[in-house]
Amino acid sequence: MISFDRVTVTYPDASAPALENVSLTIEEGHLALVIGATGSGKSTLLRCVNGLVPHFSGGHLNGTVTVDGRSTERYRPRDLADAVGYVGQDPDATFVADTVEDELAYAMENLGVDPATMRRRVEDVLDTLNLHALRQRAITTLSGGQRQRVAIGAAFTAAPRALVLDEPTSSLDPVSAEEVLASLARLVHDQGTTILVAEHRLERIVQFADIVIEIGAAPGAIRSGTPATIFATAELAPPVVRLARVAGWSPVPLSVRDARRNAPELRQRLEANRRPQPPASPGDRVARVTGLTTAYGPIPALADVSLDFSEGEVMAIMGRNGAGKSTLLHHLVGLRRSQRGSVEVLGRVPAALGASEAIRLVGLVPQDPGALLCAETVAAECRDGDRDGGLDEGTTRAMLETILGSIRDETHPKDLSEGQRLALALAIVLAPEPPLLLLDEPTRGLDYEAKARLSRQLRQLAARGHCVVVATHDVELVAEVADRVVVLADGEVITDGPARSVVCHSAGLASQVARILAPAEWLTVEEVAIALGGRPPQDGTPS
Amino acid sequence: MLRTRLQPLHPIAWWCWAGALAVAASRTTNPVLLGLVLAVVAWVVTTRRGNSPWARSFGALIRLGLFVIVIRVVVQVLFGDRVPGATWFTVPSVPLPSWAAGVTIGGPVTAQAVIGAFCQGMQIAVILACFGAANSLASSFRLLRCVPAGLYEVAVAVTVAISFTPQVVLSIARVRDARRLRGRATSGFRGWRGLAVPVLDGALERSVALAASMDARGFGRRSTSPKLRRATAAATLGGLVGLGIGLFAVLDSGSASGIGLAVILVGGALVTGGLLAASHGSRSRYRPDRWLAAEWLVVAAGLAAVAGVVATGSNDPNALVQPLYPLALPAGPVVALAGILIATVPSAIAPVPLPVRAKLSEALA
Repeated sequence: MISFDRVTVTYPDASAPALENVSLTIEEGHLALVIGATGSGKSTLLRCVNGLVPHFSGGHLNGTVTVDGRSTERYRPRDLADAVGYVGQDPDATFVADTVEDELAYAMENLGVDPATMRRRVEDVLDTLNLHALRQRAITTLSGGQRQRVAIGAAFTAAPRALVLDEPTSSLDPVSAEEVLASLARLVHDQGTTILVAEHRLERIVQFADIVIEIGAAPGAIRSGTPATIFATAELAPPVVRLARVAGWSPVPLSVRDARRNAPELRQRLEANRRPQPPASPGDRVARVTGLTTAYGPIPALADVSLDFSEGEVMAIMGRNGAGKSTLLHHLVGLRRSQRGSVEVLGRVPAALGASEAIRLVGLVPQDPGALLCAETVAAECRDGDRDGGLDEGTTRAMLETILGSIRDETHPKDLSEGQRLALALAIVLAPEPPLLLLDEPTRGLDYEAKARLSRQLRQLAARGHCVVVATHDVELVAEVADRVVVLADGEVITDGPARSVVCHSAGLASQVARILAPAEWLTVEEVAIALGGRPPQDGTPS
Repeated sequence: MLRTRLQPLHPIAWWCWAGALAVAASRTTNPVLLGLVLAVVAWVVTTRRGNSPWARSFGALIRLGLFVIVIRVVVQVLFGDRVPGATWFTVPSVPLPSWAAGVTIGGPVTAQAVIGAFCQGMQIAVILACFGAANSLASSFRLLRCVPAGLYEVAVAVTVAISFTPQVVLSIARVRDARRLRGRATSGFRGWRGLAVPVLDGALERSVALAASMDARGFGRRSTSPKLRRATAAATLGGLVGLGIGLFAVLDSGSASGIGLAVILVGGALVTGGLLAASHGSRSRYRPDRWLAAEWLVVAAGLAAVAGVVATGSNDPNALVQPLYPLALPAGPVVALAGILIATVPSAIAPVPLPVRAKLSEALA
């Protein structure tokens, strides 16, 4: 269905090719999963399929890409619209119409499909993707998961035989992500669609994949095969696979269900080695929120939220998209003033302080860390950071060294990988040493290695006495770093407790290891590895 | 043909109806008539609008209208011509140098001045409300879906621009937040200068993503040559502009209507030619809005308001204005009132938008 024959892609002004000598074939009706570190060329590979590379992006493509028997050399993306549907990384930037139905019909109108067929296909897609109740809604009023499904539907109504998706679940809460993935599985199983999808959070999708394409770090290191063969040795692997390696299971299970067959034996081994964990004693209070209530127009965003934040604690704030997580962070950092209730950090109200004073008290790394960066080079960005905070010259740069290691001074922030950009933003926010550090959805777009590095840094910051608050959907991150978990629903605090008990006893928020080893309370692969007497495995490498 | 359960009223019908009411309002300063137009428009909007974000534009334009009234009255009190009549109070007047002759600040304020200014402000406010009603009942997006094939590219550009504006507002808010998070000024000249580059940068990135998505979904895949397409679009647009100018010349009593008629004819020919040439494109329409009996009735209801006001104006022009000398209560001309009341008909015959119906049935269940 999709075939790459010795494909090499070089972007203009690039020193090295983005993809080198790629040859692979994806059979009809398969779901192919593309994995690889950030910046390894996953997006480029996907955009080759419908000819966006090189027709739209510029650059040079050597070799041949064929889809449904058509070569992208001769067909432009618009001529392949009936063969390949493409869903980009940010669905919000891709909508053309204002209502769901019109958006779904857009591609077919361009193709000149006759009205009767159009009507039937739109109804089909509304049913397949479970969008029927939303058909006349304005797209701007939909939730993130619903919008993502509309974007998939809009690419799918033209009845393409293949669908290409670039990180379709990266910004979704666990339940919405399951919905989107279930829709994809339905397209593969019921309609025989070929799907090529890139994902970082493998734990959700690996069980649906027929083949896995791994793009390695070395140029030209690309291989494809069944999930079992690839994940036997792959550097990037979901927790279930890493647990299997630690426990020595073979063949490697790919889903929680498969792994649970082996779980009783492992639980017994672990029971013998369980070490009692000392209960964490909370440090001094850093910040306090009392009775915080706020609304966007008629929609309540936070309802009577009261929380204490303590020194040396990593707190995770979880909840659906739109539950009020970001709003709470914005109040803590002083971007919003409270309508009712109070917010104070070390006895002062952040919203009442000037910007340069506020950053010494509380720092926030926003959802898109790139938004903080606006200088031309990393060095200039660090200098600006020192100036903004009134710090000694070199403070930000030194902070960046401890977080990220060495990085070239003259690199443009836009050329950094997602993980490096996050590290730079984190260094800028941390340089004035705010006692309260907030991170909004920090693992979006991060691969496992970058995520592991982030977890270690957050633990270190907590150990140095910062209070770290992370708003996230990523249950694996929560399992790794959090001491305490607060769950918000429709602006109310519904759970506030130690991470172990919240993560292990919630259906939607449990980590993969917790699901496999339930009812025993284990959270992460590292814990299990230590309990089994081995060293904790270095992230990514097979043990 | 019967109306299907899902089909909303044709957007052009709503815009004609609202336009007709705006024309009726533009011909009178009688506060009774203006108030009735406002009441009719508000009633139809509350009974027949959907729940899209655009449906709220009526409220926004009502607020804008109130603002216009206040400004109109304040300007009259402070700077307006000194209208003779019963003096209510006196604003201390400022003597101006001789080069500013003709401009006055302050002076005696008469009842006539305030009431006259209020009525003029109210007229503008009601016209704004009519525009808000059209937007609430049928968003500009839906109106743009009805443009003829020859103007398709133009319509897409306008659609993208309309949806772009709220995104830029969001993006400005995001960048301001980011500046504050870095401890920088968010206001003043430095603040604004720091805003422009990241906002434009973000806008550029979004448009590239949108273009990629449109390309991947077959935009621009037409069999006609680009040259022909541009020619037809130019002919249609030029023709439409001609039609507009011609209509203005005919309606405006001051200019010669012969030239106006000629411009209308030429414009009409250009539009027809452009539309005919473009109808051979290979695009198709998903569920095009259909023009049925209800659409005719809604347009007729709007025209009834215009007819009532115009008929009153030709019989008794004084009934359409607020009497100032002597100051008296405004008249209630029966024909005009009846015409405007007929314009409420859409609240009974226009189909209720689907999401609203769902909410109603929830409320009743």
